[in-house]
Amino acid sequence: MLNPTLNRRSFLRATAIAGGGAVFAMHFDVLKVFAQGPPQGPAPTFMAPAFVRIAPNGAVTIISKNPEIGQGIKNMLPMIIADELDVEWSRVTIEQADVDQSKYGAQVAGGSTATPVNWDPCRQVGAAIRQMVVTAGAQQMGVPAAECTTSAGRVMHRASNKSVGYGDVAEAAAKLPVPMLSMVPLKDPKDYTIIGKPVKGVDTVNIVTGKPVFSIDFTLPGMLWAVYEKAPVFGAAVASANLDEIKALPGVKHAFVLEGGTNLTAVVPGVAIVADSWWQAQSARTKLKVTWASHPTSSQNSPAFQAKADELGKGAAQQILRKDGDVDKALAGAAKTVEAAYMYPFITHSPLEPNNCIAHWKNGKIEIWAPSQTPAAGLAVVAQTLGIQQSDITMHLMKAGGGFGRRLTNDYVAEVAAIAKQVGNVPVKLLWTREDDTRHDMYRPAGYHYLKGGVDASGKLVAWRNHFVTFGEGERYAQSSAIRAIEFPALFAPNYEFGDSKIPLGVPTGALRAPGSHAYSFVFQSFVDELAHAAGKDPIQFRLEILANQAYPAPERGGDGFNASRMIGVLKLVAEKSNWSAPRPKGTAVGVGFQYSHRGYFAEGAEVTVSADKKVKINKVWVAGDIGSQIINPLHAENLVQGGVVEGISHMMQEITVKDGQVAQTNLHQVPLLRMAQAPPVIEAHWLKSNNPPTGLGEPSLPPILPAVANAIFAASGTRVRSLPLSKHGFRWA
Amino acid sequence: MPYTLNVNGKASTVDVPADMPLLWVLRDVLNLKGTKFGCGIGQCGACTVNIRGRAQKSCQTPVSQAAGVAITTIEGLSADGNHPLQQAWQEIDVPQCGYCQAGQIMTAAALLSTNPRPTDEQITTAMTGNLCRCGTYLRIKQAVQRAVQIAGARPTQTAGAGAE
Repeated sequence: MLNPTLNRRSFLRATAIAGGGAVFAMHFDVLKVFAQGPPQGPAPTFMAPAFVRIAPNGAVTIISKNPEIGQGIKNMLPMIIADELDVEWSRVTIEQADVDQSKYGAQVAGGSTATPVNWDPCRQVGAAIRQMVVTAGAQQMGVPAAECTTSAGRVMHRASNKSVGYGDVAEAAAKLPVPMLSMVPLKDPKDYTIIGKPVKGVDTVNIVTGKPVFSIDFTLPGMLWAVYEKAPVFGAAVASANLDEIKALPGVKHAFVLEGGTNLTAVVPGVAIVADSWWQAQSARTKLKVTWASHPTSSQNSPAFQAKADELGKGAAQQILRKDGDVDKALAGAAKTVEAAYMYPFITHSPLEPNNCIAHWKNGKIEIWAPSQTPAAGLAVVAQTLGIQQSDITMHLMKAGGGFGRRLTNDYVAEVAAIAKQVGNVPVKLLWTREDDTRHDMYRPAGYHYLKGGVDASGKLVAWRNHFVTFGEGERYAQSSAIRAIEFPALFAPNYEFGDSKIPLGVPTGALRAPGSHAYSFVFQSFVDELAHAAGKDPIQFRLEILANQAYPAPERGGDGFNASRMIGVLKLVAEKSNWSAPRPKGTAVGVGFQYSHRGYFAEGAEVTVSADKKVKINKVWVAGDIGSQIINPLHAENLVQGGVVEGISHMMQEITVKDGQVAQTNLHQVPLLRMAQAPPVIEAHWLKSNNPPTGLGEPSLPPILPAVANAIFAASGTRVRSLPLSKHGFRWA
Repeated sequence: MPYTLNVNGKASTVDVPADMPLLWVLRDVLNLKGTKFGCGIGQCGACTVNIRGRAQKSCQTPVSQAAGVAITTIEGLSADGNHPLQQAWQEIDVPQCGYCQAGQIMTAAALLSTNPRPTDEQITTAMTGNLCRCGTYLRIKQAVQRAVQIAGARPTQTAGAGAE
């Protein structure tokens, strides 16, 4: 669901605190917009937790409700509230919320949803509290509220030269009637003092001084440590294990088999070792001998997937998802046609902090400390795994050392819950190794695309057909393996067909940052490039002409809200900033790609030099983005754009292969994450601020860099890359 | 068996197996959580500490080899969090998730202790053993350059390693 109807119902309640000051609690109903489907758990009802606290001394505390995984949300939502509240950012303290969607509404890091969902409610709450404080301040000063202004946490009455601090009147303000949030006047954007200003990370000081800020750093008194060995073939059962031998090893307190289930996103069969320290548990694990039962997916392998895809790709799609015009007729009448098979492999998420979580089972209830991106889904899987009610679970949200979508799945949370229940009455921390992470990811699914396209004599795109071979069975797609039939150039090609076929898969898959588009953008924007060259047109000009085609405007419903004029804007901006048509030395060229991803419009250009021995050097990258009228925190926004570009480039060399039903790679020596020497030395971020509500930035800067680099490699070397990783074709980073 | 470690200028005796990596001794015996576990095979650099002023991957350093020599971790880089690199990292606001940054800073500290004015290329070469999964490389490089300036403006201090 890419363009949900935002539900803007929101509520505010104010309560005076004994001893002065006040708490202002807000709740907004945003459950409908969660990108991965609706979160489980009870529907939110209004309660009275603190979202904003104003102390008698004027200090303001704002609760950050969403998981922080490096995307900067811990700053960003409080920034919006603080600006409308009109307080100084330096006087704001941010606290991380625990997990309780009944208090806070959706608590999710995923889908770049936080900005579009929270922009209005956060501004309204800040403005409503300000209005209440102004009323209380005016009453105390004995002046009309309408004559009062605010600045830096003070209510001021200029005519009488009186002023009063928010802290002095917060308690009185809390006793006033709460204004209707939708009726509260909001600031003119020109008066923003925090929104749009560079704000530094709330945890930066602690990070650079080595304070324990991450989930992995958190310990509890008396805590035991666990490791969990699972079958390399996903979901295979334990036939036997040398548990008695393991139990006798130093520090080992428990060793047992978890039966697990068949759901690869919950607890699968394995052996748990619980010891006094993690190193003892892990050392014992090196002595563990497990015989795994045979499993039906143990014959799967990557070359067979490719062969099956090629076989299916030659025939008709199992289902046609969209059909406009008559592709066969248009191809027959086209001046030039291009046919190409593209593919991208499975890849990992590899957040740098390995999965870890603490659980403490006590008297039929469990307390959990989790670095989850989807804590509500975590509650559901734990309840199901343990056979308890969600109300018997207390979950604390921990800061994660990266997410990228890996922690959308709560398998490790369910594992430690099951281990802690078996151990009983003592906190247990599960910590995965990098090998566990590499061999038990929720992989970005591979995909195979069989494309045909045609241009007419004037160089206009007239036909586009894609037979996409993906994973799943029957109606069901493997997680994150479906592509919507509305993706560009749907609606812009007069004769268009998109269909898919499925291959059964025994490997768990999941959403990776900019799910879907981070992969198919490489395919679609590369094939557009192929058609541009076939048409004898400049690749940017060819794209602009396609985007200018108004014959098929986006439908009101069922479409994705794609606005071609916004994409034209960023594409032109990239052309300008990259000095697109300037000549470059031989072996050097600029490539371009664009992608509409998570409501953001991004076009990117990459200048690449390819040497005779196929070393690829990315000299410079230009990013043009339109995510609406405000870049809420420009300091972190630039960082996220650069990170998206680096990650996208990194994807181009990564490949996970399946052999005998197992992942062949084990650790980072086989997962070539981009390093400093390989990263572009310059990544420019340019913003096209349009008159649209602000949208998210966690994801949309990533996808276009892959086709931009691939298209630049073609322009520089003449080699068209139709499959990843680049190393398959002999390319290496310079 | 007992080993005496000299970490951040303080001697501590630990009774652990000889092959236990320094990383886990620091984190779970000495409770210094700033040094991070990322891969366990010396590929990511999140566990970087300075041993005798040189950047070393503590996941690849058995405790038996670390005994009796000066070890500096991120916690001991400065008394007040004001080492030029720590200051530069804050000024530029380098981190996204932040998990790799202690290791990045410790690698940079070792570089600047032997080469107080590195070239761009020398910075890149020195830092390339440290992965940043979030991709903050441009800011990391910028922050190392900024630390050189900050250190230059402090007559009594270089930007190298701290307590040893």
